[in-house]
Formats: sequence, structure tokens, C-alpha cells
Amino acid sequence: MTPFSTVTGPAASILQDNVDTDVIIRIERLTSASTREELGQHALEAMRLLPDGKEDPAFALNQTAYHQAPIVITGRNFGCGSSREGAVWALQARGIRCLIGESFGDIFYANCFQNGVLPVRMAPDAVTQIRNLARNGQHVTVDLSSQRITLPRGEAWCFDIDPVRREAMLEGLDDIAQTLKRSPAITAWQALDRTSRPWAWAARR
Amino acid sequence: MAGSTLFDKIWDAHVVQQLPGGWVLLHVDRHLLHDLSGTAGLRDLAERKVAVRNPELALATPDHAVSSVPGRTGDTFAGGARLYKGLQLLSNMAGIRLFDLGQPGHGIVHVMGPELGLVLPGLTVVCGDSHTCTNGALGAIAFGIGSSEVAHALATQTLMLKKPKTLRIRFMGSLGNGVTAKDLALHMIGHLGASAGTGYAVEYAGPVVGAMDVEARMTLCNLSIELGARIGLVAPDDKTIEYLKDREYMPQGEALSQALAHWQSLLSNEDARFDQEHVIDVSGIAPTLTWGTSPEHTVGIDGRIPDPAGCGDASQRQAWQDALEYMGLRAKQPIAGIRIDRVFIGSCTNARLSDLRAAAAIARHGRVAAHVEAWVVPGSEQVKRQAEAEGLADVFIQAGFQWREPGCSMCVAANGEQAAPGQRVVSTSNRNFVGRQGPGVRTHLASPPMAAAAALAGAIADVRELMR
Repeated sequence: MTPFSTVTGPAASILQDNVDTDVIIRIERLTSASTREELGQHALEAMRLLPDGKEDPAFALNQTAYHQAPIVITGRNFGCGSSREGAVWALQARGIRCLIGESFGDIFYANCFQNGVLPVRMAPDAVTQIRNLARNGQHVTVDLSSQRITLPRGEAWCFDIDPVRREAMLEGLDDIAQTLKRSPAITAWQALDRTSRPWAWAARR
Repeated sequence: MAGSTLFDKIWDAHVVQQLPGGWVLLHVDRHLLHDLSGTAGLRDLAERKVAVRNPELALATPDHAVSSVPGRTGDTFAGGARLYKGLQLLSNMAGIRLFDLGQPGHGIVHVMGPELGLVLPGLTVVCGDSHTCTNGALGAIAFGIGSSEVAHALATQTLMLKKPKTLRIRFMGSLGNGVTAKDLALHMIGHLGASAGTGYAVEYAGPVVGAMDVEARMTLCNLSIELGARIGLVAPDDKTIEYLKDREYMPQGEALSQALAHWQSLLSNEDARFDQEHVIDVSGIAPTLTWGTSPEHTVGIDGRIPDPAGCGDASQRQAWQDALEYMGLRAKQPIAGIRIDRVFIGSCTNARLSDLRAAAAIARHGRVAAHVEAWVVPGSEQVKRQAEAEGLADVFIQAGFQWREPGCSMCVAANGEQAAPGQRVVSTSNRNFVGRQGPGVRTHLASPPMAAAAALAGAIADVRELMR
């Protein structure tokens, strides 16, 4: 996983609550794509594009100031719905590295950490303040190490994050490699479980 | 242990190792794989040259990106052929059983798992699919994961997790005529909101849930994720055991006695403490549909589309306004009588035998309106065969419905089965998101009987009028 330490740049604003992962990436883009990078062009297309296929100039990520924005300030419950990890890949392929919002869908939130995209949960007031200050393309800095969000004029907020997730992100740790090191413990647990719950292992005739 | 919930007991029994910071390594008892995330996870592992640790605890079935057209093969939908063949090849290489198209056992992953008795009370079940919560109806901890976690579970038979908070929702009263578990679940989401369950494992309880058959409980648990909750579950009881009794993989003999004893010990204690509780009285609930683009946008069939002007929250007001525009509806318009173009009866929410029986009981009353295209997509090969044997398929066909092959089909439209832009669909599936059933498609979620009633009327209609 790509390590994450800090990101600085414009923060595009998405106001809508309950933006679901179907809206973030359409399912047929996932079935047809051969690389994750291809997904970037389709990220959030239902919001970015008008029914005639032209870009909606009112949508922040279509505006010059935010076109390359590495940060998105979201509405409540962003990433709800489908478990598709392609939602994270699509945002990432578009250069988005950090999301700031009041709440995120549980599965999407976990998927972000698997890919080095930082979802920051903050109180509604703080989200609104950052959203307002980040207008006009003002750069926002998110520092995972110090757990701080700062703006050029000195405004600053602290954010909470699970320390284990923080460390994994900072180090770019690979979960599978980490857990494979615990293989002896899994083997021992399974050996015991096969005798105490034999019925749970009868999945094959 | 005093104060423990059903969820706590199952969770605690699966902790392989306590990790720092309150994390645990949790054992995975069953891993369900489908052609989208399953193929991706298996491919990820093959690229890493890491073996599947316990192939005997995994099962695979192609459901998302396969056509539902009668006589289909894995190639019929060309866009999914690569995923289908990938699942076949990679599961075969890993020694994972694949329940292939046309075979008994094939079906939508959350329909066939319980149907085979591969999902049992007290198990942990994962799948790269958010509707894995469906399986919680049997009293299992079942939840959706992303494809990175699919690879992790395949490689280690565990996941690194932090225990979610617990929420209990008790349903009191009794359901009215024509009101199903689907209506109840939609009402709940409309009442509590689409993020009320975020961060929670939800236990559904109370007399209404106790009275529900197991398939209805699956419908309720299925919609947990639409409440925001990754996990929903119901305590196993006599109905659960009765449902599982003759299933192919149900434990037998001594193993069954041990299992039954274990399952009995799982029930939430009298003094169980939940982080949050809700009580919902179901007595006044009418058949319920969604009118907008979030599952929380619900309305009873006797109600009207809400007026954004009357909404106090600015963000929600905008969401309602956007939803009205996308759905092509007016504020205060009655929901009944809105003309529709398509009906889809299917999905892991509502494509089990009991759902098809309920829909067929309505379909007997007439014919699909001339301007409506109506599909029935059974949830599994077994459901399909049983429905054909019972004559349900004939009822649908004679009423003018298309009778198709099992799979996810129009619920997620990953197999190209979409409606056309601007078309209005009454669907028994689980998501009315913008573009879910195709760009510009307007989805109204409803129960199977309500969907059948809409097909006959050519418009959203009150099924209770047909039941009189």
C-alpha cells in the first residue's frame, strides 16, 4: 500500500449527503475496466456530467481551481451502499488522496485504508468551517502524523483516527503480509476449533 | 457471560488473537465468492503467489455479471465472460467449489448459501458484497467486505477488525394484510434514516420478527446495509432449525446435537446491553415504496410525495429537491397511480420461493399492462426449479411476465440488463440510487406483491385492493 503522510492542495466540495458507491463508480465501468487507472475518468460521472454528457460547470471537480484537487470535502454518509472497492480506486485514479466529512459508509471507510486514501471524520461544524474556508481554491493541508488540518492563514483543526490505522497508513503496511506472520496462532486456533465445533467445519460432503 | 448479546457471543467465540488497540484477528467460517469481487480477490492472491488457506470453507457462484436470458451461458453477456471464466479457473485452481450456471446450488450468493445449509447459526460469514448481511437472518455474523479484505480472508481465513457497536431494533404489534418484511424494512429505513446503522451491528427482535419465517427475516437483514449497518442478525429459533433441517450441508448426527446445543447458548441474555435501542410499532404500516433516490425516501402507498419546502434541514431539502427532479415527480403528488414502464421481481432481497409465491398470488389476478415489461428472475436454480414444479412460473408466464434464469440481473445491472434512461421501474431489489438500474433510470423499491400489482395496473397500486 502507498504510504500516506501529508497532502496539500485545493479541497473540492461535495455537499450532497448519502453519495453512494454506485454514484462514485458505475458497476459496468468496473466490469469493463482492465486497469484501476482507467476508472479515474469515470469517477463520480453521475454527478460530474449532465444528461447530455457534458461536464456540469457547477460541480466543483469540473472547475479549474479544483480539477486536480487531492482533497474532497464530502456530505454525510459518503460512500454508503455497495462494497465495491472500485469506488476508492476510481477516486484515487483521479488523484484524490483524502476525504473530509462527517461520516462515511462503513465498508467504504475500511476500503479507503486498504488503499492509502485517508478518510477524515470530523464534527459537522468543523466540516462546514473547512468547506467555507477552502472556497476559491485555498489550499488545505492534511497531516496524518500530527493529525492536523491547516489552512495558509493559520486556521487549524485536530482530527481523531484509530492509532493502528494511522500507523498502517504512515508506514504503508500490507495487511496480508502482517497477518501471514500470525499464521501459527491461526493454525492453533483452528486445530482447537475443529474439535470444539466440528459442525462448523462440515462445509464439504 | 452476563450482559452479552447474540452478536457479542458469536464475535467473542471467533477471536483468534487480540491485537493492540482493541483490534482482533477474527476467524472467518464461510467465505462466499462471486464473479466480481471473488474473481478480483482470487486474482490478487494468485499475483502475490499466496495460497488460499482454507478452500474447504469457501464457495463460489457466478451471479453478478451473467445474463438472465433463458438458455444463457457464461458468454451470453460478453462483458462478464472474462469474470465468469476467471472465477471458474481461479476457484478450480484453488480447490474451491463452484456452483456453476444451471447446477443445483447455483444462484445469487446470498440466496444459495442459506439454501444449501452452508450458512448456519453462530458462524462468521464474509463476502465481497454489501448484502452479505442477508445471511444474518440465520443467526450468523455476516458482513460485506471490499476486495482487498476478500484477498486477506482467502490468504489467512481471518480479518483484522474492531468490534462494532450494537443496536437492537424491536418490532412490536402485528403486520397488516398485504404488508411484508420488505415494507417493514423500508419503513424502518425511512423512519430512522439511511445512516442510522452506520458503525453498528443490528439485532432485529420482538414479536414481529419472531413471527416471521426465515426467508422474511432474510429480506429484513438484507436491508441492514441500506440502514448503514454492515451487519444485521436475528437470533436462531425453532423456525431457523426447521428451515435448515433438510438442507444439503446441515450437520447430521452427533455434529447436529453439538450444533444445536451451541446455538441455544447464543441468544442475547435477558440483561444484554446494547449501545443503542429502537422500538418500532408496525401496526399502522401500509405497503411501502421508495419515491426518491435514497432508501430513506419512503412513502406508504396511501401517502404523497413529500414537499421539500416543508423540510427543516437544508441539506435534506436539497436532497429531496434533487430526488424529485431525477425521479420526474412533483411534491405532494399521491404515490399511487404513478405510471410505470418496467417491473423487476428478483435480487437477494426478494427472489426466494416465498417471494415468488406472494407475487404469483397477485399475478393470478390479471395480465401485465400492455405498456409494461415485467421480469421475474428467481434467486437460485433451486428456487427456479421449485417455482416451475409448483406452477408459479406458469402463472407468471400466463400473466405476461418474462420468466428468466437466476442471478442478480437488474438489481445491480452489472450484466448489462438495464432499463432505458427515463424509464420508471418498480423493483423488489434493495437500491434506488441514481443510475443503479441504468443511467437516468427511476427505481421504486417495493415488495414482491406490490411489484406484481404495479405490473398488472401499469402504475403504482395498492396491492390490498387486489387482495380483497
